[in-house]
Amino acid sequence: MEILSISIDSMFVHKMWNDHELSKMVSGGIPFPMLSDAGGRVGKVYGVYDEDAGVETRGRFIIDPDGVIQGYEVLTPPVGRNVSETIRQIQAFQLVRETKGAEATPSGWKPGKMTLKPGADLVGKVWEQWKTEMAFD
Amino acid sequence: MGEELKAGCARPTGGPVGQDRDAATENKPLDDKKEERKMVMVGRKAPDFTAPGYHKGKFVEIRLSEYLGKWTLLCFYPGDFTFV
Repeated sequence: MEILSISIDSMFVHKMWNDHELSKMVSGGIPFPMLSDAGGRVGKVYGVYDEDAGVETRGRFIIDPDGVIQGYEVLTPPVGRNVSETIRQIQAFQLVRETKGAEATPSGWKPGKMTLKPGADLVGKVWEQWKTEMAFD
Repeated sequence: MGEELKAGCARPTGGPVGQDRDAATENKPLDDKKEERKMVMVGRKAPDFTAPGYHKGKFVEIRLSEYLGKWTLLCFYPGDFTFV
């Protein structure tokens, strides 16, 4: 799994933020590239550039090995992301890819929980396998 | 990954690569057909781009398509030194 962060700040400001603040939260500093999108041209294409504020909103895109976007989430600035949920989604997309779509992950799935095997036999029978409680942790 | 950049006074910039470039850099109105093609959607290709950045003590130029073959998480955020 590779990570790229991106904002409208310059790469020099990224360095200062890493060196003076983030390295105090993450030992050794930020391990992934911190990209600069001054002008928001990349953000515009991804639909996350807020022209009025001149900044990018909190958009997070899961991109598979073929370069296809499998999922995204966009939040307004004051609310932070849930990293565990992002990891869970990546694990689910990886499972689906590994099984070439033979398995699908129902609501509330996380590693270790049952998957569904879509097919003619399952039509109208999901209720026998998947219970509402399983949507929750 | 990426090529190392020299830090100078000219600020390096990146941007969309390929088909999206014209539309993203110029403010011309798009016809409906073009707009549809450009929309970011699940199940569609992530638009390629280049961007300068900072990575473990070095300034680098990154292209998204260098990451083909790997799962990649692309995270936008409002700004350095903000609170959340």
